[in-house]
Amino acid sequence: MTAVPITPQRRIGWSVANAIVLVYAFVPIIWIISLSLKGDDTLNDGNFLPLNPDTTAYSDIFRNSDFIRALVNSIGICLIATGIALTLATMAAYAIARLEFPGKRAIVATSLLISMFPQIALVTPLFKIETAIGIFDTWPGLILPYITFALPLGIYTLSAFFREIPWELEKAAQMDGATPYQAFRRVIAPLALPGVFTTAILVFIACWNDFLFAISLTSTNSARTVPAAMSYFTGATTFEKPTAAIAAAAVVITIPIVLFVLFFQRRIVAGLTSGAVKG
Amino acid sequence: MSTQTPPAVAAPEPDEGLVIARKRASEGRRAEQRLGLMLCAPAVLVMLAVAAYPIAYAIYLSFFKADLRKPDANEFVGLSNYVTVLTSPIWWQSFGITMFITVIGAAAELVLGMLLALVMHRTLVGRGLVRTSALVPYAIVTVVAAFSWRFAWTQGIGWLAGDSAPLTDRWPSIWIIILAEVWKTVPFMALLLMAGLALVPEDLLKAASMDGASAWQRFWRVTVPLIKPSILVALLFRTLDAFRVFDNIFVLTGGSNDTSSVSMVAYNNLIRGLNLGIGSTMAVLIFITTAIIAFLFVKLFGAAAPGGSGSR
Repeated sequence: MTAVPITPQRRIGWSVANAIVLVYAFVPIIWIISLSLKGDDTLNDGNFLPLNPDTTAYSDIFRNSDFIRALVNSIGICLIATGIALTLATMAAYAIARLEFPGKRAIVATSLLISMFPQIALVTPLFKIETAIGIFDTWPGLILPYITFALPLGIYTLSAFFREIPWELEKAAQMDGATPYQAFRRVIAPLALPGVFTTAILVFIACWNDFLFAISLTSTNSARTVPAAMSYFTGATTFEKPTAAIAAAAVVITIPIVLFVLFFQRRIVAGLTSGAVKG
Repeated sequence: MSTQTPPAVAAPEPDEGLVIARKRASEGRRAEQRLGLMLCAPAVLVMLAVAAYPIAYAIYLSFFKADLRKPDANEFVGLSNYVTVLTSPIWWQSFGITMFITVIGAAAELVLGMLLALVMHRTLVGRGLVRTSALVPYAIVTVVAAFSWRFAWTQGIGWLAGDSAPLTDRWPSIWIIILAEVWKTVPFMALLLMAGLALVPEDLLKAASMDGASAWQRFWRVTVPLIKPSILVALLFRTLDAFRVFDNIFVLTGGSNDTSSVSMVAYNNLIRGLNLGIGSTMAVLIFITTAIIAFLFVKLFGAAAPGGSGSR
């Protein structure tokens, strides 16, 4: 890399390329933020940026019980699904990375295949099963299908991470007089935690992003998550379009995730690529 | 004939030790296998319960006339659901649209993803900034991005619309759906490709450059052949993912003007039509199509089967 001299032309060229990437990445999100800040008077002006920003839309949606309920559903369902998937995936990934046993490759391959499943193929049978056992339109009714993609994603990402851990260190620590628990606690856990944490973010984002299950397997606001609830938003009056409310809700569920991803950028990149490349 | 007779002359002491050691080793290995299976069992059982069982149930349902409005009228109808679906113009229409979106989308994602990967890999200024911001589309919920595009092209509201209303026409809608899909997934594609680019030895590119190869030639003759496995894996992932397109269409057009994908049609049959038999049949057909796409990728292009050619 260093061999290439940074001439002014090169600098300008790359700066232009970078600028294009930034515009590409940020324009849709700036637009939705801008829309959420437009008041009723400027909503229809077609401007990219709001002329007199106001935050009525935000105070409105935070007074909207449907939105609050959906936000609670989203957070609760995604956290529980991530927790369950990660617990099971950590056990499996540890075994896959560290132990020799028949069928371990098949497990990784199967989990990759399941995560590529067309989800609509699960919606129809799940609709019937869930209405039969009475968990349709409940939290478990969404946690269950979320496990179908969260668990495989967890297994193949974590087993790629765990393969990189120098497990010999555990034995070395025990030779130096550490008890097995100390060796695990002081040596292995610190090495494994970043991978578990990164996988947790990826799995949570996958759950947070779901729309198909949320819209198909709920019928009231008792389990409907924000992405699904947004399409049911109505304006203050029947004739008012809920554009600003939708935009504000969109921003509320987007900004925390974007900040989180930007903050942990390096790890996320490692997590997104490790499973696929080293799989 | 007792094997326990005390050895008279040459007690094969070392042999005995070896036998014990082997026995211990194989016990150890068996214990390891048992532990491995035990640790994986919960995950495997759960995957079977939440994925394999519903699919099997969908296959079963697809042979029945099952209508949720008439729960007692379940009747075995053989392949008649398949005949109904496979002779329906709506199904083939949506199948064509889905294929079109998948092929055009995946191709555009590959080209743009490669460009983005090259920028992220090679840029001399602000590399951290570029890599970080490229993740933004990945972090945004698909439905949120879809609303952003929908409002941008809504007549009277959108900054892109002006006086036009492209989402009320068929082909403009389809192109906007493709744009929304591509925008969201190019970063993922780029990351997978960038991981491949990192494996191309810098010396090789330098040597090619010394031999007088232009940047274009270096890319096509050195880089592309070397990262072909990454390209195929990324393309396989994206093709299978693109085939499930649902969120963007639901928000952007709701499937109006013949813009439904197969997932949309199956959803409508189930949720609006409450027709479980037909819905299940479509689910099975979509599942089979996905399997065929994956199979073709692995067979024709030699894409590494997932998990099949790992570092281990």
